[in-house]
Amino acid sequence: MPIPAPPQNLNILAKVSGPVTHPSVRDSEPWRDPSAEAHIKIDHLVKIFGDTRAVDEVSLHIHRGELFSLLGGSGCGKTTLLRMLAGFVTPDAGSIVIDGQDVSRVPPYERPVNMMFQSYALFPHMTVEDNVAFGLRRDGVEKGEIKRRVGEALDLVQLGTLAKRKPGQLSGGQRQRVALARSIIKRPKVLLLDEPLSALDKKLREATQFELRTIQEQVGITFVMVTHDQEEAMTMSTRIAVMNHGKIVQVGKPNEIYEFPHSRFVADFIGSVNMFEGRLKELLPDHAVVESPEAGGDLVVGPTGAQAPGAAICVAVRPEKLKLSKSGEGLELPNRLAGRVRDIAYLGDACVYHVTLDSGKIVKATAPNLGRWDDQPFVRDEAVTVGWAAAASILVDP
Amino acid sequence: MSGFAKAIRARLPGRSLVIGAPYLWLVVFFMVPFLLVVKISFADSDTTIPPYTPLFTLDDDSVLQISLHLDNFLRLFSDDPIYLLAYLSSLRNAAVTTWFCLLIGYPMAYAIARAQPTLRPVLLMLIVLPFWTSFLIRIYAWIGILKDNGLLNNFLIWTGVIDQPLNILNTQTSVYIGMVYAYLPFMVLPLYATLEKLDVSLLEAAMDLGARPMRAFWAVTWPLSLPGVVAGSLLVFIPAVGEFIIPTLLGGADTLTISTQLWSEFFANRDWPMASAVTVVMVALLVVPLMLLQRAQARAADGAAS
Repeated sequence: MPIPAPPQNLNILAKVSGPVTHPSVRDSEPWRDPSAEAHIKIDHLVKIFGDTRAVDEVSLHIHRGELFSLLGGSGCGKTTLLRMLAGFVTPDAGSIVIDGQDVSRVPPYERPVNMMFQSYALFPHMTVEDNVAFGLRRDGVEKGEIKRRVGEALDLVQLGTLAKRKPGQLSGGQRQRVALARSIIKRPKVLLLDEPLSALDKKLREATQFELRTIQEQVGITFVMVTHDQEEAMTMSTRIAVMNHGKIVQVGKPNEIYEFPHSRFVADFIGSVNMFEGRLKELLPDHAVVESPEAGGDLVVGPTGAQAPGAAICVAVRPEKLKLSKSGEGLELPNRLAGRVRDIAYLGDACVYHVTLDSGKIVKATAPNLGRWDDQPFVRDEAVTVGWAAAASILVDP
Repeated sequence: MSGFAKAIRARLPGRSLVIGAPYLWLVVFFMVPFLLVVKISFADSDTTIPPYTPLFTLDDDSVLQISLHLDNFLRLFSDDPIYLLAYLSSLRNAAVTTWFCLLIGYPMAYAIARAQPTLRPVLLMLIVLPFWTSFLIRIYAWIGILKDNGLLNNFLIWTGVIDQPLNILNTQTSVYIGMVYAYLPFMVLPLYATLEKLDVSLLEAAMDLGARPMRAFWAVTWPLSLPGVVAGSLLVFIPAVGEFIIPTLLGGADTLTISTQLWSEFFANRDWPMASAVTVVMVALLVVPLMLLQRAQARAADGAAS
């Protein structure tokens, strides 16, 4: 089956070092527009292995030019979903439509999709150049054209000088770049990335996160990435889908996922969170009151969703939203709980205070280290008051 | 540790002992006997005991006389073409055997390597199982299968494929059948070892980049399994060149191999020097290409060093 040529504005490698010319979907946010045609449409996709539903009725729309992340713990089905997009796993039900073409039953070698493998899967017996040229050779691209495009792709990932090396002679970071060059050289409609940075050390990973984002915006290919590293997902993605037990539990921009988790699972999975179980006492237009024995009193929560009064509910509040104060002075906040500093974790840029509340619950509060260590405002066993604004917390289902 | 034990340890470098043991074994039981064979190959046959002329003699004036008879080697290549024909037919037997073992063994090894992990030990066991029966008995069994009123012919006549028995036994074909049968495990096992280690994601990557399954096989699996192909081919080819039992039992009267030739020189003609010369040339024929191959492999491994 012939793969239709990508439109010219997707021509990668054309303006390698120039600024990004087309508008980023980060700003235009096409997913907010219900009439916008999605680039990838995943519809009620199911994959069952034995008696586990690895991917369970997943529906998802991904737009052109997105850097979309599938985030979840191990065994949540994110890799199976990615492998179904690549064509290595055949769905048991549902469909995948890419750019208007139903590819659910199309074999991997005929899909307009390429993949960057977790272990890179570089061919050890071929040079860097031959690895990158592999896809073009399979398509019967003419020799001069192959040479030119391989050169461009290697320049894009800054590996031009290593073209004649074999993968065994490269460092981890260089291999990662070869894998990237090899997977984008065919100008796929979608690039799938399976834990693309997991094999790199921390410093290199952070640098590569931004570089990968920049390259993605330059080449204009839709990226779908699988990761278990939430920091990686937050840094790079236009949107994130959080998965659990084969289902997508929430889709949103990184800040939406972080600040407005829909469920206790998402709140817990992304970042760190303090959770107070309780019962919805009052629901007013601009705030709600939750009676929480765990907190030792009533909590005031900012604008909330459609929970019914009397329902069991959780109040979630992030550690960095908590303010600490000695004996409550200067804390003009609706939520104030007294406690005692139990432990202090010094992280360099911030400190995490573990505070035992009078109710017995332990909460975490993060405070940036604005001064130096000897200016440390609180010491262990000191009596403190923990406070936060109503809008700093959110209601989630228990 | 006591001072005594330390002293012992310092004097007996354990590592070189461990490495030295197999070398010592090879020197005593291969190198020395082979040098003796080389020595005999330069003698002339005689009616004495042992039946060859001495290489070194001291005459009455205590002068050391060395008499090197080169005519054994000259005879190999000049007056009688039988030796040359024997070498060629042995090499051809070994080459055909290796080729068919590869042809049959590669798909077998591939299938085992891709089978369910729980099933693999069973399949490997089936490959190794024939070794539990004596080699000689297994080759005799083939006589029962291949002879004119044997299992194979009876079966084919019963099914009506043929009405006259095929004459297979005591032909070149039956030698090939026996040799391929006997040497197949030596091909399958090293092939399995390389194929099993092969990263499946490499094949996926090839398919992802547009290679159909066959194309992916030739571009990725085959080149990466070459070390196994070479190892298996050597394991089959080298012993197949010197194979004696199978051509003797399954081959016809006219089956000529270097091992049968060796046997008749040694036992029928009682010409030890000639038999030794035949042996020396055969070893040289096998060792030289082997060394070249190993050098080539070492160079290839250098190139792909990780």
